[in-house]
Amino acid sequence: MTQRNIVEAINSALAEEMEADPRVMVLGLDVGKLGGVFRTTSGLVERFGAERVVDTPLAEASIIGASLGLAIAGMVPVAEIQFLGFTAQGFHQLGPQLGKYRQRSRGRYHCQVTIRAPFGGGIKSPEFHSDAVEAQFVQTPGIKIVMPSNPYDAKGLLLEAIRDPDPVLYCEPDRLYRAGRSEVPDSAYTVPFGKAAVVREGEHVTLVAWSAAVELCMRAAEKLAVEGVSATVVDLRTLVPLDVETLCAQVVKTGRCVIVHEAPLSAGFGAEISATLMEEVFYDLDAPVGRVTAFDVPFPAASLEDHYLPSLDRVVAAVRRTMES
Amino acid sequence: MLSKNRPVDSRRSVLLPDGTVAPGAKSRMEEEFLLEALRWMMKSRLYDQRVIALQRQGEFGVYSPGMGQEASIIGSAMAVDPARDWMVPQYRELMATVHHGLPLEVITAQYLGKIGPARIPDGVRVLPTQVSIAAQLPHATGLAWGLRLRGEDSVVIAYIGDGGSSEGDFHEALNLAGVVKAPIVFFLQNNQWAISTSRRVQSATRSFALRAAGYGLEGAEVDGNDVMAVFDVTSEAIARARSGGGPTLIEAVTYRMGFHNTTDNPSRYQDPKEYEEARSRDPIERVQKYLAALGLWDAKREAALTEELRDENERALQLARSASVPRPEDVFANVYQDPPPRLVRQKAELLDGHDA
Repeated sequence: MTQRNIVEAINSALAEEMEADPRVMVLGLDVGKLGGVFRTTSGLVERFGAERVVDTPLAEASIIGASLGLAIAGMVPVAEIQFLGFTAQGFHQLGPQLGKYRQRSRGRYHCQVTIRAPFGGGIKSPEFHSDAVEAQFVQTPGIKIVMPSNPYDAKGLLLEAIRDPDPVLYCEPDRLYRAGRSEVPDSAYTVPFGKAAVVREGEHVTLVAWSAAVELCMRAAEKLAVEGVSATVVDLRTLVPLDVETLCAQVVKTGRCVIVHEAPLSAGFGAEISATLMEEVFYDLDAPVGRVTAFDVPFPAASLEDHYLPSLDRVVAAVRRTMES
Repeated sequence: MLSKNRPVDSRRSVLLPDGTVAPGAKSRMEEEFLLEALRWMMKSRLYDQRVIALQRQGEFGVYSPGMGQEASIIGSAMAVDPARDWMVPQYRELMATVHHGLPLEVITAQYLGKIGPARIPDGVRVLPTQVSIAAQLPHATGLAWGLRLRGEDSVVIAYIGDGGSSEGDFHEALNLAGVVKAPIVFFLQNNQWAISTSRRVQSATRSFALRAAGYGLEGAEVDGNDVMAVFDVTSEAIARARSGGGPTLIEAVTYRMGFHNTTDNPSRYQDPKEYEEARSRDPIERVQKYLAALGLWDAKREAALTEELRDENERALQLARSASVPRPEDVFANVYQDPPPRLVRQKAELLDGHDA
């Protein structure tokens, strides 16, 4: 056991798997000597060489598309897209191509490809760096979508992603990269997909989140506890596959639910969760399902991001409204 | 101006439209091999004609024929080794993939909407046809790169058209291939048309092959209606790629003598004179003329081979037609290795609906 932050946990997962499986390779912008703009690939090129840790040309579509071809050749590529917002320039290769390849080839080919991408606001990054576009890929079936929120899950989910025979989009909460260290085993372990974590148990309301929003919900739960409101916090961990069972069970227990995400409100993944709860547990609800999200505007200038993103105050206010109804 | 923007290499040509060999030219394609090429080219055209007729009767899916481009399709395919090389098609190279080992009944089954029977058999080194234009090129580059990393002596041939060369994926794939020195040949069939959009609108470059230089690749331009020259140029590029010499972009200058696909109507945009001119450069007729002059071809042989090929094609069509039709639950086939619970539930919902 070592205390690791998310950057170190990811680095540890990559190193472990490259050591264990010679087919695993890392490619993307600046992943070599620099170690990635957030240093998640630090030290890998020195350890595994430039054939397996590859600085590529600055071109998202070919980083993703070439990964598909590398996988068919028998490699196991782990590609880094520098920021999730930049997948716009490779969207067709990620959703439509990677997602459909198994089906289009009638099962002859599959794509054991992991696409890693940091995302989210809160670090005052330049334009297009913070966009939370994960839900776009929910609409391109064939891809699994993984959203770790803490160092332990970051390592376990990444190892699961690399070993998964299907393509995985693995989104990293850049705001939490170095937010704190916690126990992360040195050896390899996996966290299964489609199993949400109940990270806090309460009685009155269930907060549902993923990635960095989990940390926000935990802070909100602390604050609400002072007011006598006891909150459960569910970390979905993966959007695809979705753990409907845990989600519903936890909402039934409290009868109330507030969903928190960093993506804009309309057609965000919160809408999917809310609709699912309507279908599955409507008669167990004591109040309408609430949502606290970013607003339906493009990600604003960094100076305004605190007003755009879900805040502690907005989450707490939403829970109070839910408790009153 | 002209010298600055001229083709990287003069357009390679061996067999002229009148069936004679260009002065001083010599092909590595011997007579027996040429007869084999003719057989495949005729098979391709006969198949196109047959399935177009079937499509008109509502018995075949939307189809893009290769008519007029048979020398490019077959000459390039004959230059690669099905036992170790990989073929990455767009979609107008059907008979190239068949030459590479994909059974005709399998690709035919795909056009008939079959699922299982349309699966590319294990061991056949062909990727699926690609309708998202140029999206196959980054895959092809990655595949070639990966094969090299795996220590195999395989080469990839990837097909694209003049229209596809405008896509960003074309640029990204060629650029990456140059950087990683992938063992790959990009075979661009310039058939002058992207549906109704003329090659002149597609790019201001005088030669698509010229673009190779911008990526640090070898470039070559070839008469795409000349199966001997296509075979030669492709063979050289494959050998160079195999020996570590890096990628090549080949532009095969040809003409789409059919339509874009069975929904298209070229009379709305194509000058009939241009089409007639293209007909005079037919890739199949010139081979027949050449072989006739050598005493290796005549009307009798043509009739016999035509009948044989029609039978062959018909057998494949018959196999594809009689192959199993998809079941409703095949909607869910081949999406994930292990379907997530939501899909399992949706599948049950579909099947319940069918029972009701």
